[in-house]
Amino acid sequence: MSSVRVLVGTRKGAFILTSDGKRAQWEVSGPHFAGWEIYHVKGSPADPNRLYASQTSGWFGQQIQRSDDGGRTWEAVGNEFAYEGEPGTHLWYDGTPRPWKFTRVWRFEPSPADPDTVYAGVEDAALFRTTDGGKNWKELPGLRGHGTGSSWQPGAGGMCLHTILPDPGNSERMFVAISAAGVFRTDDGGQTWRPMNRGLRSEFMPDPTAEVGHCVHRIALHRSRPQVLFMQKHWDVMRSDDAGESWQEVSGDLPTDFGFAIEVHAHEPETVYVVPIKSDGEHFPPDGRLRVFRSRSGGNEWEPLTKGLPQHDCYVNVLRGAMAVDSLDSCGLYFGTTGGQVYASADSGDSWSPIVRDLPAVLSVEVQTLP
Amino acid sequence: MIRVMLPAHLRTLARIDGEVQLQVDGQVTQRTILDALEVRYPVLRGAVRDYGTLQRRAFVRFFACEQDLSNDPPDDPLPSAVASGREPFLIVGAIAGG
Repeated sequence: MSSVRVLVGTRKGAFILTSDGKRAQWEVSGPHFAGWEIYHVKGSPADPNRLYASQTSGWFGQQIQRSDDGGRTWEAVGNEFAYEGEPGTHLWYDGTPRPWKFTRVWRFEPSPADPDTVYAGVEDAALFRTTDGGKNWKELPGLRGHGTGSSWQPGAGGMCLHTILPDPGNSERMFVAISAAGVFRTDDGGQTWRPMNRGLRSEFMPDPTAEVGHCVHRIALHRSRPQVLFMQKHWDVMRSDDAGESWQEVSGDLPTDFGFAIEVHAHEPETVYVVPIKSDGEHFPPDGRLRVFRSRSGGNEWEPLTKGLPQHDCYVNVLRGAMAVDSLDSCGLYFGTTGGQVYASADSGDSWSPIVRDLPAVLSVEVQTLP
Repeated sequence: MIRVMLPAHLRTLARIDGEVQLQVDGQVTQRTILDALEVRYPVLRGAVRDYGTLQRRAFVRFFACEQDLSNDPPDDPLPSAVASGREPFLIVGAIAGG
C-alpha cells in the first residue's frame, strides 16, 4: 500500500510526519536539528530515502544535512557556498550597492534522475549545484551575471532564490524565482538566463512594469503541461501559458490576492490552490478565517475550502514554501502555518484536519508519495 | 593540551560531549586553536568563523580568563593560563535574538 512522508521545516527544527495512503493516522518524528532554523527538507525523486535539509542559524551559519535512510539518521555534508569570481553588488533596501554575501539555503531541487545532483537556491540570490551528494557546491554564475543582477533588491525576507522549477519535459529548461527580482528562465541547462516578467505589475516599483524587481512569492506548474505556470506574487495571482514569456492576472473573485503559497493539483492541471492573506501589512487570513481557495478553471473563479479549518480568531500565516501536494489517486494537500499547525486533506481540499497543532512556526512543507 | 568549550548547538552538531582537548603546535592564538578545532571537527568549518575571510561570525564571542577576547587580533598570543590548559578557551553564542 502506498504511504506518504511529509517533510516539515520549522523555525526550531525539522519534523517528519508519516502515514499510510489513507492519511488518517500519523506518526511524528522530531525535532531533528532542534533549535536550528530548517528552511527546507526535500527528498530525491530518484531515491526517496535520500533527503537533504537546510539547517541554518543566525549564530552559526549554514549546514547541509543529508539522510540516506528516509530521515532516521543524518550526516552533515558540504556547507561552503562561494560565489564564482568577483561577487559584485546588488542593491540594498536603501538603494545603495551592497556586496553579494551568502546567508542561507532557501530551497533544494534534487535531480529527478540522480540522487547526488541537487540544485540549491540561496540568499543572497544565486543558484548552486552539487553533483556529489552535497559534499561540494558550485555556483551557476550565469544567473547573477546575466545583466540585471546589480539592480536586484531584497524583499522583506531577504534577497532569496526561493523557487526552482525544472521543466519535466525538457532537461535544459528551468525556472527560478527571486524576491524581489522576479522569474528567470534558462533553456541551456543553467548557463544563460532571461527575465520572464512581462505582464507583471508591481505598484511599489517606480516603473510598475519594469523587467525585474517584482516580488514573486512562488511559482508552480503541473508536470504534464510545463508551459503553463501559476504565480502568487506579492499582490496578484498570475498565469502564464507560454512558459513565462507573458503573464495574465487570474486573481478573479479571490477575497484578497495577496499571499505566499500556490500549488497545482497532482492530476488536474487546471486545479490550483492559494491561501489568501489579508495584505502585506497584515500577514494573516482575512476576517480571522483560514481558507484555502481552489480554482478548477486555472484561475479567475475560486471557491473557498473551509471544512476542518478554523473559521474564527485565526491569525496565522502560510509561508511560500509551506504547501505541497502528494500524488496518490485522491490527491492530498498539506500546508503548515506560522502557528505551528500542519493541515492535511486527503480529498483534494474538500476537507481538512490537523496532523499536528503545536510545532514551531512552519517554514516549509514537502511531501513524498512512497510505494 | 588546550581546553575548548563550545556552545551547546555546536557540541550537538559535532557530536561532542563536554570539553574538547586540542594539541596546538607553536604559539597558542585564536587562529591556531580554531585551525586545530576545524581539522579535528570539519563540520565546524563556517560555524565559528566565515569561510574565505576567516572572520569571527558576528554572534560568536571568545572568552577566556574572565576576559572578552572577541575583538583581539586573531594572531595575538592567548593568556598563558589558556596555553597551559589551566583555563579553557570559551566559544560562546552571543545572547541575541531571544
